[in-house]
Amino acid sequence: MSRAGEQTVSGRSTAALVAGLAGGLVALAAGSALAAGGDLGAVDKQPVNVSAIAMFLAFVVMTLGITYWAASRTKSTADFYTAGGGISGFQNGLAIAGDYMSAATLLGLSSLVFAKGYDGFVYTISFFVGWPIILFLLAERLRNLGHFTFADIASYRLDQNKIRSFAAIGSLTVVCFYLIVQMVGAGQLIKLLFGLDYNVAVVVVGVLMVVYVTFGGMIATTWVQIIKAVLLLGGGAMLAFLALSRFGFSLEAIAKSAVASHKDGIKIMGPGTLLADPVSAVSLSLGLLFGTAALPHIMMRFFTVPNAREARKSVFVASGFIGFFFLLVCILGMAAITIVGTDPQFFEGGKVGGKLIGGGNMPVMHLAKALGGDLFLGFLSAVAFATILAVVSGLALAGASAIAHDLYARVIRKGQATEREEMRVSKIASLVLGVLAVVLGIAFEKQNVAFLVGLTFGIAASVNFPVLILSMYWKGLTTRGALAGGLAGLVSAVTMVVLSNAVWVVVLNNPAPIFPYEHPALFSMTLAFLVTIVVSKLDRSAGAQAERGAYDDQFVRSQTGIGAAAASNH
Amino acid sequence: MSNPIYARVRQNPKFHDLVRRRSRLALTLSAIVLVSYYAFMMVVAFAPQVLRAPLGEDSALSVGFPIGAAIIVVSWLLTGVYSHFANGVFEELNDQITRESQP
Repeated sequence: MSRAGEQTVSGRSTAALVAGLAGGLVALAAGSALAAGGDLGAVDKQPVNVSAIAMFLAFVVMTLGITYWAASRTKSTADFYTAGGGISGFQNGLAIAGDYMSAATLLGLSSLVFAKGYDGFVYTISFFVGWPIILFLLAERLRNLGHFTFADIASYRLDQNKIRSFAAIGSLTVVCFYLIVQMVGAGQLIKLLFGLDYNVAVVVVGVLMVVYVTFGGMIATTWVQIIKAVLLLGGGAMLAFLALSRFGFSLEAIAKSAVASHKDGIKIMGPGTLLADPVSAVSLSLGLLFGTAALPHIMMRFFTVPNAREARKSVFVASGFIGFFFLLVCILGMAAITIVGTDPQFFEGGKVGGKLIGGGNMPVMHLAKALGGDLFLGFLSAVAFATILAVVSGLALAGASAIAHDLYARVIRKGQATEREEMRVSKIASLVLGVLAVVLGIAFEKQNVAFLVGLTFGIAASVNFPVLILSMYWKGLTTRGALAGGLAGLVSAVTMVVLSNAVWVVVLNNPAPIFPYEHPALFSMTLAFLVTIVVSKLDRSAGAQAERGAYDDQFVRSQTGIGAAAASNH
Repeated sequence: MSNPIYARVRQNPKFHDLVRRRSRLALTLSAIVLVSYYAFMMVVAFAPQVLRAPLGEDSALSVGFPIGAAIIVVSWLLTGVYSHFANGVFEELNDQITRESQP
């Protein structure tokens, strides 16, 4: 659990504990190795793990080879931002899965099942259900309306300068916060798994990210994500197979043995206290559902396929792999209760039931060691490192496209920039983002970054999501409404996170949070929608009339794909 | 000021048919997923004992596990249902509309 969770325990408030756990959890599962910020950070550097580093180097050599190949195919801005729209639905599905199945879903969700049993399973389900909704409501419209960035859609019929700048800045904010979280998580995790120095780890991640993105663009990023998804799925499936073989391939046997081994006994087979507060549960799930849908690096993946047909196929493929992986993760957590939870070699001082070596996120790593020895542990560590690289590359690319395509080419140069100029700016932008990520990653080493996760998802769900969905679905949306609503969402999400336990108590050391819930989405997203709708309705300007009038054409394009950006030819 | 191709599409009854049928499918499937998920979450919050009931006489597994797994598996299968129709009959209709919209 994150430090947020630990501190609330000392606060002796059950409600706060629930919120704290939830906070750490999103931290874990949402992005990457981030609960790391609290928990893994407390751990001493481990001895250098040679087999893990060797396997990771093999991954790096392979991906650099792909980047070299991708560089020769990255000639235009379309190649750079979206791989020329030439990624197939199946490939994109794997890449989306690779984006979403982070080191944290593997470590975080399995450790939650390990610690809390069924409650962990409930969380896993919550992280899944957003995907079908993305397919039913968003995927084809995203593909048909977007070109390179989410701002393309938001500003389709609204004011180019204002809405595009606002959407680009919203994207950049989300990208920067999320990059910090990822970099800090990466440093902590690598220190733990590989025995490398924190700063070295952060610099290695930053340098590789910049190399993939500046030279290989979207083509290299996509392949890094695909390879990583395959490795993670393969590693997870193999581990689950080994775990199941210990119990005669019977889930019932795993459950019986887990009940016998866990301190809470049969209670782990049903819902416990983790989600007893429905407001927190709903706010968390709304943030996850719509925050995920509005993360710039996730939306960007829908522009890499040639048409809406492939976009749909990619979500079908992605959600199949993600669902399969999540079910595996739960089996791993359950099996770890017996295999790791009763083995003294995995506890500090050999005391079963005490503190796990490496912290609360480590059950699945210990399970790998117990079932497959040091070699398998090394493999899984290398996969975890690869996972972080895949996620930060996607983020850097999303940030670079917001800077180069939206702010530079469209807003500053009013569409007059040449292809060469825009490419140069996008490469400079990814370099700057890389340097920024390394500097911030090092600056935030000792900080608890769990609140940044709440902030990232809160902003994505309250700032980016309302304008995205309303621009697609509501004719009445106007520029003024979108700006006012976006601002209301931004201010309320930031305020609520600052007043919540994660910042007000943990960072600012106040005795009790003013905002009682860990997740703002239920309130800030609702407010953003309300303000957007009311201000749009009241907007009687001529510009607003024209914007409403442009909806009908946009609607035809969003439904049929006529006039949508096509795949570029190679 | 409207693009003539888009205006032609809007006059095509097939377009309205496509929009109606595909939206109905998307909304129905979204409702199934959201209602079953939030119903599940409410049971977790207010009636957890329902999910704690053992699967069988001498079983350690509770009914909550197959129900939870079913939410994941069924909602994935629904993405298959949507893709099947949207990429099949609706896409054919869409292609017709696109062809007929050309001058």
